[in-house]
Amino acid sequence: MAAKPIEGEQRAFMTGNEVVAWAALAAGADIMYGYPITPQNEIMHYWTRMAPRYDRGFLQTEDEISAGFTTVGGVLAGKRAFTATAGPGNVLMQEAMSMAEMMRLPTVVVVTQRGGPSTATVIYSQQELNLTCFGGNGEGLRIVYSTSSHQDLFNYTIKAFNTAWKYRFPTFVLGDGYQSKMREPVTIYDPATRGIVMEECRPMVGLPGIAGIDREPAHLRNTYNLEDELYDRLTASIKDYQAMIPEVVEWEACAVDDDEILVIAHGVVSRAARAAVDSLREAGIKAGYFRPITLRPFPEEALQPLAARAQRILVVESAHGQLERQVRASLYGLETPVSGYLRPGMGITPEEIIGAVQQTLRS
Amino acid sequence: MALAAQPQMPRVWRAETKPHKFCPGCGHGIILKALGEAIDALGIQERTIFGCDIGCSLLSWDFFNLDTIQTHHGRTTPVLVGIKRVRPELVVVSYMGDGGAYAIGAQHLVSSAVRNDLVTIIVVNNTQYGMTGGQMAPTTLPGQKTETTPYGRDVKLTGRPILGPELVAAVAPPGAYVARGSIANVVQLKNFIQKGLLNQIEGRGIAFIEALSACPTNWRTNAAETWRFIEKEMAAYFPTGELRTPGEAKNGQAGEGTPGAPEH
Ligand SMILES: Cc1ncc(C[n+]2csc(CCOP(=O)(O)OP(=O)(O)O)c2C)c(N)n1
Ligand code: SF4
Ligand SMILES: [Mg+2]
Repeated sequence: MAAKPIEGEQRAFMTGNEVVAWAALAAGADIMYGYPITPQNEIMHYWTRMAPRYDRGFLQTEDEISAGFTTVGGVLAGKRAFTATAGPGNVLMQEAMSMAEMMRLPTVVVVTQRGGPSTATVIYSQQELNLTCFGGNGEGLRIVYSTSSHQDLFNYTIKAFNTAWKYRFPTFVLGDGYQSKMREPVTIYDPATRGIVMEECRPMVGLPGIAGIDREPAHLRNTYNLEDELYDRLTASIKDYQAMIPEVVEWEACAVDDDEILVIAHGVVSRAARAAVDSLREAGIKAGYFRPITLRPFPEEALQPLAARAQRILVVESAHGQLERQVRASLYGLETPVSGYLRPGMGITPEEIIGAVQQTLRS
Repeated sequence: MALAAQPQMPRVWRAETKPHKFCPGCGHGIILKALGEAIDALGIQERTIFGCDIGCSLLSWDFFNLDTIQTHHGRTTPVLVGIKRVRPELVVVSYMGDGGAYAIGAQHLVSSAVRNDLVTIIVVNNTQYGMTGGQMAPTTLPGQKTETTPYGRDVKLTGRPILGPELVAAVAPPGAYVARGSIANVVQLKNFIQKGLLNQIEGRGIAFIEALSACPTNWRTNAAETWRFIEKEMAAYFPTGELRTPGEAKNGQAGEGTPGAPEH
């Protein structure tokens, strides 16, 4: 048995892609299946350099359809398997993830958002929120963690494996090109030293004993003949999903006791939003901050009272209203006016958000 | 040609789900019988995983006393490759139609062949898309009428039928096993499938078997016409036999290690 990839805790200064590779190693991921796409590539590059030292596998597939379906195979076989992709690759990934959603397969996908639609840019965006939360011909029975820092990338990559294997819904870590490529300080650690117990991975096929003699065969399917058969299957999954929500939903808020304007942002933009809110407070402007960490399930119960208390809501995102739509849907019926500072495919600075807040308060 | 008296079911068949769900006269049941006999002969029931595609092959999702995974159209091979990479002790069988293998899943077939993945692929060639009601497939014969070629397949507009085993044989490295059998010769077909399973078990490389099959429902043929179509028209275009056997040198090269082998 190879040594642990990380002993105890270590401070490091590295790119987000490197952080993800370390986190997957630390989480005990058994294999990565992947297809090159920027800005995800270096997750594979670091993984392929480190994995053999720790007896972990890698397969470069022919496309993201195959990367998704081989990942499905890996988890069916009872292994902690993952893949990473972005943009057009995330589009192709959705076919396998819809199968994972139907069959309750604990796949883990790291998404490093790039500009869209189409090939667009290899740089950055927050335009894959809709796709990652609701891609596929289903109900979006998935878990999506939106990270804002390298520490988040490390923590939530580990957590994604546990959430996936505990609740058996496909789980996504939604990062972006900025987080992938920039370097920042991070503490990487062996999960055990923080009391994190990795969920057991149980195989769904290749079970012990002879099928039909020692036990029933595992006959796994995603196709049904009758409306009622499908409905029963989905009803059970939706019930499980709803029961899971209070256990997995995560968010962060500050300065929300007396705020006149609530700034809502996710991912890397939430850091600019937090900085903007701090500056605005210093200048005597009553701004508050809310960040959904799980975009799916969305923390609507946490947001509702905060939104009701505020006089205005400003949604800030590097997309044209993908987060804003989730916010509006969660707040349906509430009268607090919602506006957006929407910059598809563009980075957003604290100064821009301060300007947008001031303008919203004037209007 | 025909199976006169019904011999016993293969041991690996699941009696509780018989009679099976295919149409009367369908070739799928015959091919799955050959597969069942091959699994019995090799004694590998305990470690075989059966994967079926979307297409009429999906009707076999509860066919065997084997752990079974029914996947998406054309995606069965990647799922099984994903399993095999992490559980090399298992024997994985990818079972699909000609549409799944040669149209929507063609990139997976070619790539698995090039990688020499340790998987046994069985493709049911019934010259059209059975499950969706008889449209043209890559294997539809020149002039053959289907729902999307109602005046007969025009090869000028839609190309000539694909020769799947020939394609795999051309790209797979040494160690591959490639054959084409037919429901018209069940003994030979079973033999091919058994060799294909053995090729995987012995870690030599990919095994690819195309089986010429019947779809009387969409062909709209009676028994006599069905057999004539398989034995005359299909056989004339799709020659049966072994195209690649392991150990044999390809293009004069000596055999080399199999990249898909688990120990690598
Ligand atoms: C992505 C996708 N596209 C199309 C279909 C519809 N579809 C279902 S079965 C099938 C064709 C099956 O034909 P084949 O693979 O030859 O199998 P057969 O039914 O003839 O055995 C198609 C196109 C699908 N299920 N998924
Ligand atoms: S439609 Fe054709 S291939 Fe499908 S079960 Fe019926 S006869 Fe067999
Ligand atoms: Mg067909």
